[in-house]
Amino acid sequence: MKTIENVSRRRFLQGVFGAGAFILAVRCAPFSLAQGVIDALNDANRATFHPNLFVGIQPDGTLYIVAHRSEMGTIIRTSLPMVLADELDADWKRVKIDQAVGDKRLGDQNTDGSKSVRTYFNTMRECGATARLMLIQAAAQRWNVPVSDCSTEPGFVLHQASGRRAGYGELASDAAKLTVPPKDQVQLKKPAEWRYIGKGMISIDLENLCTGKAVYGIDARVDGMLYASIEHPPVFGGKVKALDDKEALKVKGVQQTISIDPFKPPAAFQPLGGVAVIADNTWAAFEGRKKLRIDWENGPNESYDSNEYKKELFDTAHQPGKVIRSVGDSDQEFGRNQRTYEADYYVPLLAHVPMEPMTALAEFKDGKVTAWAPTQNPQAVQAIVSSELGIPPENVICNVTLLGGGFGRKSKPDYVAEAAVLSKKTGRPVKVVWTREDDVKFDYYNAVAAMYLKAALDEKGKPTAWLQRSVFPPITATFDVNAIYGDPPHLAQGWTDLPYDLPNLRIENGPARAHVRIGWLRSVANIYHAFAVQSFTDELAHRAQRDPVEYLLDLIGQPRILDFTNVNYPNYGADYKTYPWETGRLRNVLEMVAEKSEWAKKKSGKGHGFGIAAHRSFLTYVATVVEVEVGDDGDIRIPRVDTALDAGLVVNPEATTAQFQGAAVFGTSIVRTGEITAKNGAIEQSNFYDYPVARITDVPAQTNVYITESSAPPAGVGEPGVPPFVAAFCNAIFAATGKRVRDLPLSTNKLFA
Amino acid sequence: MIELKVNGTARSFDGDPNMPLLWYLRDILGLTGTKFGCGMALCGACTVHKNGQAIRSCVTPMSSAAGSQILTIEALGGNELHPVQKAWIELNVPQCGYCQSGQIMQAAILLKVKPHPTDQDIDDAMAGNICRCGTYQRIRQAIKRAAEKTA
Repeated sequence: MKTIENVSRRRFLQGVFGAGAFILAVRCAPFSLAQGVIDALNDANRATFHPNLFVGIQPDGTLYIVAHRSEMGTIIRTSLPMVLADELDADWKRVKIDQAVGDKRLGDQNTDGSKSVRTYFNTMRECGATARLMLIQAAAQRWNVPVSDCSTEPGFVLHQASGRRAGYGELASDAAKLTVPPKDQVQLKKPAEWRYIGKGMISIDLENLCTGKAVYGIDARVDGMLYASIEHPPVFGGKVKALDDKEALKVKGVQQTISIDPFKPPAAFQPLGGVAVIADNTWAAFEGRKKLRIDWENGPNESYDSNEYKKELFDTAHQPGKVIRSVGDSDQEFGRNQRTYEADYYVPLLAHVPMEPMTALAEFKDGKVTAWAPTQNPQAVQAIVSSELGIPPENVICNVTLLGGGFGRKSKPDYVAEAAVLSKKTGRPVKVVWTREDDVKFDYYNAVAAMYLKAALDEKGKPTAWLQRSVFPPITATFDVNAIYGDPPHLAQGWTDLPYDLPNLRIENGPARAHVRIGWLRSVANIYHAFAVQSFTDELAHRAQRDPVEYLLDLIGQPRILDFTNVNYPNYGADYKTYPWETGRLRNVLEMVAEKSEWAKKKSGKGHGFGIAAHRSFLTYVATVVEVEVGDDGDIRIPRVDTALDAGLVVNPEATTAQFQGAAVFGTSIVRTGEITAKNGAIEQSNFYDYPVARITDVPAQTNVYITESSAPPAGVGEPGVPPFVAAFCNAIFAATGKRVRDLPLSTNKLFA
Repeated sequence: MIELKVNGTARSFDGDPNMPLLWYLRDILGLTGTKFGCGMALCGACTVHKNGQAIRSCVTPMSSAAGSQILTIEALGGNELHPVQKAWIELNVPQCGYCQSGQIMQAAILLKVKPHPTDQDIDDAMAGNICRCGTYQRIRQAIKRAAEKTA
């Protein structure tokens, strides 16, 4: 439920806007904006307090649009305001963006799940269109002409008949006095009238990003701040048994050490605990930390060993599990048809490693916390700081900086809570900076997963029955110590929704206990689910000596909407009527990428191969072709990638292209080297030498992105490029070499050793 | 006391001579355009110029910066944009942008040494700079664009 209000005369905004400004607020949550006014007036930090989504126009014509989602490189803080600006018929050159603090009245701010555009597209449009109508009304009143005789061009209202025109700035103070028109009077532009939507804008931050002026979390500074580096328990759930900090305190610049309590299970977003070294600068804190002598009590996860755990996962995967979805009678068909094929697939734990490690600055003062954080989820910052410090969430002001990468890691604000806890204990502002080693060892990892697939086949190699069973420690274990089965939203990520038209189908999931924090990473469970399904499909196509594209189309079947009656299918939180699973759209992108890549002309073999995969995730349909060259030494190059997508209406094609190019690189890291392992409960990797990510020499030389023209509602673009790339890359390796990648990554599976 | 020049300004430092230049630039001088990524010269986010060469400031102790001329992203183009920065903007290279200071500083030295780099030259020069967002394709294009423009 959202309501648009004219808040031009509310005093609370006068710190931000000059007199005579015209400001509209959109209320997304069931909180009275009046309450927001009162809160804001009590707030010392009023000038940076944004009570709600709003657009404001200054009398000088400057437009302020609030960005309430976090910027980590998707250009979202440009793209969403751009949508509003288009409906307002604003002059983009006059737009300034205000980054919102965390505030639940803004609605959801958790910038994850590739959902910013789809969940706020209509809100931004309506707010812009409403403001435009009110400016027209103000002009019509001034000129004493009917509203219907007036129109707009960017930044101006026009009266064609008399040739009069007035700038939005000139009209702001009159518009500010008007009542907000009812929704049925507000006319949205027709798509043909859009100036910015669908054409796109470059990032408002672009020049700052190239000149060192952009401010990330690690760059936040306030007077009198201290720097902290934290030694966390090496094993998840461990705690300090004994501490000797004498040598640490001798390091020049080190002021003190502070113990942080271990979390109370479940871990959720609580600090992991450990010992913080507080110093005058980052380097002194790092150096002091090296001198700490700590005896740890490792706790119940001490025996966690990735090799053993992998065996356990497959033992489970080879036994009947919990049935997630069933069609026909697979048992009967497997009993009848002995022409079966089966395979195991494995994807290890994966770390996010955004280039900016976890970091936050927080100041506790007079019962309130002000934080500056590179966070995807400022409201979660408010919640965890509130519970750690025992203060109300509204007493936590979370300023959102730019993020030096996020990929899901920065939705989990344990590091911000650490800074707040340490500020309270020192009485000074504290900036926590994690080392890369901290980042690698104390991540919320993408789950390690084992998948078992089995098919019974007819004489043309098409499945008459299909069984797929996945086993992985669920993300929900991070929030509920008893959780061992996959939860419906993550099973729905490319597992529950197998789009094949088969007479007998059974989809299962088995239990697994987590021994580290499990979290979501760019495309999450789709990574391992799509890898298994699209690899297995490719294996079946090759066994049947059929063209993989033709075979995939055969399995997908005719265009239809998948029926999830009596199936728990959350559909990424989207309404199924608005965003149904349409197999025709998957077919379209598959055919499109086959055509663009000239698939039919390609011949694989002798170290040169092409692979294909198709997958829907985050409501977007993607098909990807990867070309590889494999040298005699096992060296793998990727000359070209072609990827076709249908994400419904794409508001910013240039940013979308960049996301899919980046997804191919992200997927390259997963296939080549992505693997986190544990021994004796502790993570074995630590930095880019033992957890390598793709470099310029490793990645596709060229990724071509083809965007389907569509008027369907907008879907996600940040994540959906990853899953099909991973499978297509591995399928290309098979086409080139005959070697099937079933265990990721290549660096440890010994296929090319 | 360690004397050096940073972006043309004479500076002196009497702290721990083992402190890496990176933290001196960031924490002491407040020049935060240079980034911390790994602390082991593995990612290149901290790349600056020392006497006209690209170095990793995260492993360069202040003692070895004594007497040197340091240039950071903040002063790369003087009062205007450096051709590499212009090319980066034209080709819309950055996503999150965090690694780009280091990428740009590295690319600027590459073009100084090799005004017309081949793909192999670009690989050799840029392989030490990680971009987790995956902007490499555009980085390569932007280096070539900058080379054309300065030719």
